[in-house]
Amino acid sequence: MSTILIKSARVLGGEPADILVRDGVIAEVGPAAGKAGAAETIDATGLIALPGLVDLHTHLREPGREDAETVETGTQAAARGGYTAVHAMANTSPVADTAGVVEQVWRLGQEYGHCDVQPVGAVTSGLEGRQLAELGAMADSAARVRVFSDDGKCVSDAVLMRRALEYVKAFDGVVAQHAQEPRLTEGAQVNEGEVSGRLGLTGWPAVAEEAIIARDCLLAAHVGSRLHVCHVSTAGSVEIIRWAKSKGWDVTAEVTPHHLLLTDACVERSPAGPYNPIYKVNPPLRTNEDVLALREALADGTIDCVATDHAPHPVEDKETEWAAAAMGMIGLETALSVVQEAMVDTGLLDWAGVADRMSYRPARIGRLSGHGSPLEAGAAANITLYDPSVRTEVNPAAMVSKSRNTPYEGMTLPGRVVATLLRGRPTVLEGKLV
Amino acid sequence: MSDARNQARAVLEGPDIHRALTRIAHEILERTKGAEKVVLLGIPTRGATLASRIAERISQFEGVKVPVGTIDITMYRDDLRLRPARPLGRTDLPAEGVDGRTVVLVDDVLFSGRTVRAALDALNDVGRPRAVQLATLVDRGHRELPIRADYVGKNLPTSKSEKVKVYLQEIDGRDAVLLIKGDDRPAAGETNGER
Amino acid sequence: MKRHLISAGDLTRDDALLVLDTAEELARVSERSIKKLPTLRGRTVVNLFYEDSTRTRISFEAAAKRLSADVINFSAKGSSVSKGESLKDTALTLEAMGADAVVIRHAASGAPHRLATWVRGSVVNAGDGTHEHPTQALLDAFSMRRRMGRIEGLKVAIVGDVLHSRVARSNVLLLHALGAEVTLVAPPTLLPVAVDSWPCQVSYDLDAVLPKSDVVMMLRVQLERMNDAYFPSAREYSRRYGLDRERFGRLHDDAIVMHPGPMNRGMEISAEVADSPRSTIVEQVANGVTVRMAVLYLLLSGSEPAIGGDL
Repeated sequence: MSTILIKSARVLGGEPADILVRDGVIAEVGPAAGKAGAAETIDATGLIALPGLVDLHTHLREPGREDAETVETGTQAAARGGYTAVHAMANTSPVADTAGVVEQVWRLGQEYGHCDVQPVGAVTSGLEGRQLAELGAMADSAARVRVFSDDGKCVSDAVLMRRALEYVKAFDGVVAQHAQEPRLTEGAQVNEGEVSGRLGLTGWPAVAEEAIIARDCLLAAHVGSRLHVCHVSTAGSVEIIRWAKSKGWDVTAEVTPHHLLLTDACVERSPAGPYNPIYKVNPPLRTNEDVLALREALADGTIDCVATDHAPHPVEDKETEWAAAAMGMIGLETALSVVQEAMVDTGLLDWAGVADRMSYRPARIGRLSGHGSPLEAGAAANITLYDPSVRTEVNPAAMVSKSRNTPYEGMTLPGRVVATLLRGRPTVLEGKLV
Repeated sequence: MSDARNQARAVLEGPDIHRALTRIAHEILERTKGAEKVVLLGIPTRGATLASRIAERISQFEGVKVPVGTIDITMYRDDLRLRPARPLGRTDLPAEGVDGRTVVLVDDVLFSGRTVRAALDALNDVGRPRAVQLATLVDRGHRELPIRADYVGKNLPTSKSEKVKVYLQEIDGRDAVLLIKGDDRPAAGETNGER
Repeated sequence: MKRHLISAGDLTRDDALLVLDTAEELARVSERSIKKLPTLRGRTVVNLFYEDSTRTRISFEAAAKRLSADVINFSAKGSSVSKGESLKDTALTLEAMGADAVVIRHAASGAPHRLATWVRGSVVNAGDGTHEHPTQALLDAFSMRRRMGRIEGLKVAIVGDVLHSRVARSNVLLLHALGAEVTLVAPPTLLPVAVDSWPCQVSYDLDAVLPKSDVVMMLRVQLERMNDAYFPSAREYSRRYGLDRERFGRLHDDAIVMHPGPMNRGMEISAEVADSPRSTIVEQVANGVTVRMAVLYLLLSGSEPAIGGDL
């Protein structure tokens, strides 16, 4: 393979340095790394170098909903967003609950090569919450599944959850719980509070999330297993996770970019009027107090990582009345910008912190080898070059995801991913797919 | 457009208006043979006030009590869509109704005739008078429809760009009719004497 | 400017009074033999009803026809809607017909807001899910003012399933704007969790509220709510929150009783209370046509609407 020299990049926002990449591996990092000479040079003056981002929570929709997204378009969007690895959620059709399906998704990722695709296996067969899926078979497959989740649905049965937590210990797996008590959220549409009351939309109480998280923390402690909590959205959830961590329990958690920036006020007032389903998402957008608590928790490490919950939907599933609309928003291409806006520009997190929350920790939670390593000699050259100095208006039409359901349309956000390198090979250069 | 910016001239003062209404009252008595079966219907807002004054005079002169009411023409206007939706005036028919009676419509200024046309339509929906007559304080000409007044307080030659404004004690705190020199063309949202 | 009547909150106090005053004039038209007015000739009003509501649809239809508008009734049953056509596609169809106003009744809260982003005409909300029903609130206010002579300072109790009631939401907003003092009365299960942020009082105790009330508005309570454990039984609900003869006797002599219909006699209201002379239930229906005429007139007669809000 060739040699690439990245000149004058600010590694994790530090002093400018050169990064020499040889044969997919970082050969040297330092002010004089450029001396050796290279076939290709990337001028990274003013750009921040981050380890390639890792998403623990992506919906690629393939197989089944190729009208919304495919492995190809979803990984292209990921590369554009600075990601070198994404975890593909299991709620496809057919569900990723067998070795066959997870291997298919994994192979598609390898073939397209925009970023690594690490499939997530379903916890229960068909996401039906009745019987465990063949977790071991998926773990032993070529896809080497380590994260299991019924995301979109909660493993609400306490016995089933306990068994899953226990069972995955055999291969160092983790259950990523979509915490949503089903009875408390029947027909739920938006966060239960002032906005739901005024808009006459069925409320989605915070307690429906918090009760499950509390139960699962206790279960994980009881059986001595690992628990990962998907898309934490309330201040109460943060309190519970903080408490579980203080006990020394092996509990990790993620927060989405949108829960760090948007509130349920968007549902009541937006440029396109109230009830715009572009803001309909599971878990729902919460209140400003929740947003502040989530930011604080991400800053102090209570919440381990940012995960996009990139959820593409075709336009006809969003251009409807609120109750009929699909839940979810795309997020891969805007995640880093939103984190800069919510965390970096507010002084809550530095770029080293961003690397930790968007690369090191998610890779570690997913037991993903070859990702989430510091930009040091000997590490795989998964690198994201990011320009934090620009501000641009979010334009859905310019995105490469197959779907356009971004809640940030028209908003001005900071930063731009200039280049992404996957094992030394550029997948994005000058902000464009290679 | 303010009166100050444009030249405003009083063409009728209080006593003139008083005399004009007195004459109209006499004429109505004369033409309707003692105001038998007559109903006065004023077109809101100032026509309604004028109708009450005329009725008072008829009562003073002959001791006849003439039924008075109002008829709002807003919903029958032909220019509704040219301006923002407007509030309705009051339609208040006397208990006697209008069927088989001589209705005298009363308005302050007669101009294009469109208001009177609307009033005739409105009247048609509330009953069937034996006859309809028209009384106006000022006739300023420029008719756009084949309509003429039966009783006129003052014929006032005007140019189309001028405006005629009627002030009445009960509403405006004074009695006067002003002729206001305007631009060559009426400003947007203003009419020339008719509502 | 395009304006709509989607929420009672779209109306300022002056707007609301203009509607009531206009309705007052129009009520006289309803009393005469020729009830039709030529005002909206050439305008097209579409009644887009996704829920069966014969009384509301007929009320809007009568209102539009009395103003000489062309009325197109588009009901979900038997149309392309029942074949799964989306609200947006239906909206584009109406747009092609040149609808000046679309009156929409829909089971989904917020459907009128969505519709308003897809059509050029004014949207009038005839009830959306558990959100609002602004013309109902206007006709309630109109009926109240006719009976009581005023709205400002009136003490109004709204009793029943506030959580699921579009009538309650619209009435709280409108009556607050008009200066009435509203008290919501319901079991805690049938109140929104953040109801303390609404511009009104809240009580769980009907008997404590009744003697102080000038107007008691009873809301329809659906028996299905019992299955979702909102209350234990129809009997217990009726005993604690129903307006029976005994409770009716505790009202002061001038107080009136209202109900938006359809009633569950024997559940939230007893038959003799519903039929008493102090009940406004029948005149509420008649006033509905008048108030809706006023709304259509003020939205559609001029070059631009005189009332309403934008999105």
